[in-house]
Amino acid sequence: MRYVTIPADKMADYITALARRQKVVAPVEKGKGQFAFEPISEGREATLTYIPTILPPKKFFMPQYETLLEYDLHEGQKMQAVVELEEMVLFGVHTCDLAGIACLNTVFSDRPKDLNYLIRKNKIVIIGLECVAYCDEYASCALMNNHLPNGGYDLFLTPLGDRYIGHVNTYIGDSLVEEGGFFRDATGADFAALEEVRRRKREVFHDEVPIDLDEIPRIFAHSLRTTIWKEIGDRCLSCGNCTNVCPTCYCFDIVDKPNLDLKSGRRIRVWDSCQNERFAKIAGGESFRKERSSRKRHRFFRKFRYPVDRFGKFFCTGCGRCSRTCMARINLKETLAQLAREYV
Amino acid sequence: MSKQKLPILESEYNIRPARILKVRQLTLTEKLYEIGFPNGESLNHDPGQFVEVSIFGVGEAPISLASSPTRRGSFDLCVRNVGKVTAALHQLKAGDSIGIRGPFGRGFPVQEFVGNDLLIVAGGIGLVPLRSLIHYVLDNRREFGKVTILLGCRTPQNILFSDEIETWSSRLDLSFSCTVDKADPEWKGNVGVIASLIPGITLSRHTYAVVVGPPVMYRYVIAELLLKKIPAHRIILSLERHMKCGLGKCGHCQINNLYCCQDGPVFRYEQLRDLEEAFPR
Ligand SMILES: Cc1cc2nc3c(=O)[nH]c(=O)nc-3n(C[C@H](O)[C@H](O)[C@H](O)COP(=O)(O)OP(=O)(O)OC[C@H]3O[C@@H](n4cnc5c(N)ncnc54)[C@H](O)[C@@H]3O)c2cc1C
Ligand code: SF4
Ligand code: SF4
Ligand code: FES
Repeated sequence: MRYVTIPADKMADYITALARRQKVVAPVEKGKGQFAFEPISEGREATLTYIPTILPPKKFFMPQYETLLEYDLHEGQKMQAVVELEEMVLFGVHTCDLAGIACLNTVFSDRPKDLNYLIRKNKIVIIGLECVAYCDEYASCALMNNHLPNGGYDLFLTPLGDRYIGHVNTYIGDSLVEEGGFFRDATGADFAALEEVRRRKREVFHDEVPIDLDEIPRIFAHSLRTTIWKEIGDRCLSCGNCTNVCPTCYCFDIVDKPNLDLKSGRRIRVWDSCQNERFAKIAGGESFRKERSSRKRHRFFRKFRYPVDRFGKFFCTGCGRCSRTCMARINLKETLAQLAREYV
Repeated sequence: MSKQKLPILESEYNIRPARILKVRQLTLTEKLYEIGFPNGESLNHDPGQFVEVSIFGVGEAPISLASSPTRRGSFDLCVRNVGKVTAALHQLKAGDSIGIRGPFGRGFPVQEFVGNDLLIVAGGIGLVPLRSLIHYVLDNRREFGKVTILLGCRTPQNILFSDEIETWSSRLDLSFSCTVDKADPEWKGNVGVIASLIPGITLSRHTYAVVVGPPVMYRYVIAELLLKKIPAHRIILSLERHMKCGLGKCGHCQINNLYCCQDGPVFRYEQLRDLEEAFPR
C-alpha cells in the first residue's frame, strides 16, 4: 500500500511529461459547461475540476464502432477475427466512472468471454481522480456507494488543496509515479488531510434520493406494473441519448461494412439502444417492447434489477448522465423517488 | 504507440466456413438447405439449438437446426425469406459458401424425455426446430413412449416438409394430426386453430409437451395443456427473439432477466409464466 503526493502546481507538468511518452486521454472543457475525454499533448489542456463528461470512458473500452472481423472474398472465403486496441493512459477518471468500467469488466468477463473487450482493456492505464464536491444536482453517486473509490485504478489522486495525494494500486501505478520525480512519499500530515477530505465528503454526499440502497431490490420487485413507467414513457422521445451516455449500457448491433470492391470488408459492432422500437422486433412483425413505457422500464430494470440477479451488483453508477442529457427531462433521481414513494 | 489491429484466433465472432450441399424449395417463401463443413465434420448440436448463418457483406441471422445430430456429416437449415440476410440466402445455390457460428443456446431436454410420452405441437415455421427433435426421436424411437405430433398452418400451401409429413402420418409408432386455419377445396383434414386439437387427445401422466410456433400461439396452446393437467415444468417451449451475438451480450434477445440466446431458446413454461415479456399481451 503506497501513498505519494504531488504539488498541485506541478500537476500540469506531470501530465505533460506523461503525454511525451504515451497517449494520454483526459477531461477537456468543451464550452457550455460540458466536458469530454480527449487525447491531450500538454497538461494544461486537461481540466481537473469537471462534471461527468458527455460520453463516459466506455468509449475507449467499447468503441462506438469496432471491427470484429475482416473478410476478403476475392479467392474463396478469407476472414480474420481482429481486435482493435491502443495503449493509453486515461487520466482523471471519477469514482462513478471507475464503477462503470467495473460493470463493463463484469459483463465482458462473464462466459462466453468477450476477448475484444478484455484484450483492449488491458492496454488502458487508469489514473482516478476524486471529487471533493458534488458535480451537480443530477448525481446520485452516494446512493450507489460510488462517491468513494472502490479500486479499479492504477493510481488514484485526491486533491488536498495545495497538493494531491496519490494511492498507488498496481505496479503500473508504481511506474507512473516514478515519472520525472514529481512525486514524493506521503507523510502523516498528508494522511490526516486525506482523512479530513473524506470526513467532510461524508457530511456532504448523502441522501440524494430518500431511499437506502438495500431497499432498491425490493422496490423493483414490486414496480413491474406501476403507472410510473407509462408516465415517463409518454414523455420519452426514444432518442436513445440516455443509453449512449450511460457508462454501463453496452447493447450493440453487428453489421457488415463492405468496401467499395464489394468483395472485401469488415464486420463491425456498433452501439445500439433498447430505447429504439426495432431493437426487440422479430421477423414475424412481433415487437416485444412496443410501448415506450416498456422500453423505459427495461432501461431501469437493467440498472437496478436484472444485473443484481445475474452479477450481484447494481448497474447504475449514479453519474447522472442520463438525466443531464434527456430532452424530455426524465430524471433518474425523481423516478427512483417516485418508485420509493409508491412502495416503501 | 498508435492504434493497432491484432488477429485473435479464439474470437467468438470467428466463423466456420461451410458449403451448401443441396437446396430444395419447400413453399413459396421457404427453402431447405443441406449444409456441410469442408472436412465433413459434424456440427454436434442438440435438437432445438440454433446457429448464426453468415453471408459476408450482408450479415448474420439466427437460424434453427432443422436436422437431428444423429445424422452425421451435414445438417439442415430451413429459411423463410423475410429480409436482408434471408433474401441473400435464398439467392444461393448448391456449391456456394456460407459461414456458421455456433451452435448456440439450450436445446430440448431430450435426456429428460427418455421413457416419457411426447406431445409435439408445431405452429407454422415452428416445425423447423421441432423437426430436429422429431428426427432425433424417430432415430432413437424405442427410448420414448407414445409420440403425438400436432401441426397447425395458415393454409395448405404453407405446410412445410409435406413429403415427410406423409410418412409420419402413415407410421404406426407416431400419432399425427394437422389442421389449417383456412382450407382450400382439396383439403380433407381439420380446419381451425391448433389449440382446438388438444382437447380431443388423451394424454398419460408422464407426458412432456413441446410447443414451438408464432408468438401469439403460445397462450392458447398453453391454456389447453394446463387444462390437460400437464405441469408447467413439463411444458417445453422455444421462443424467438431478435438476436445479434448469440453470446448473452448484445441485449437484443432479452426476456426480462433471461437471455433467449443463452438461457434459451428452449425454456420450460415454469421459467416463463411469471415473466412480463415472455408472451405478447
Ligand atoms: C433462435 C431463432 C431461430 C430461428 N430459426 C429460424 C429458422 O429456422 N428459419 C427462419 O427462416 N428463420 C428463423 N429465425 C428468424 C430469423 O432469424 C429472422 O427471420 C432473420 O434474422 C431476419 O433477418 P433478415 O436479415 O433476413 O431480415 P432483416 O432485413 O434484418 O429484417 C426483417 C425483419 O426481421 C427482424 N429481424 C432482423 N434481424 C433479426 C434477428 N437477428 N432475429 C430475429 N428477427 C430479426 C427485423 O426486426 C425485421 O422485422 C430464427 C430466429 C431465432 C431468434
Ligand atoms: S434520453 Fe430521455 S427522451 Fe431520449 S430515450 Fe432516454 S429517456 Fe427517452
Ligand atoms: S443510469 Fe443514468 S445515472 Fe445510472 S449509470 Fe447510467 S447514465 Fe449514470
Ligand atoms: S443474441 Fe445477443 S444477447 Fe442474446
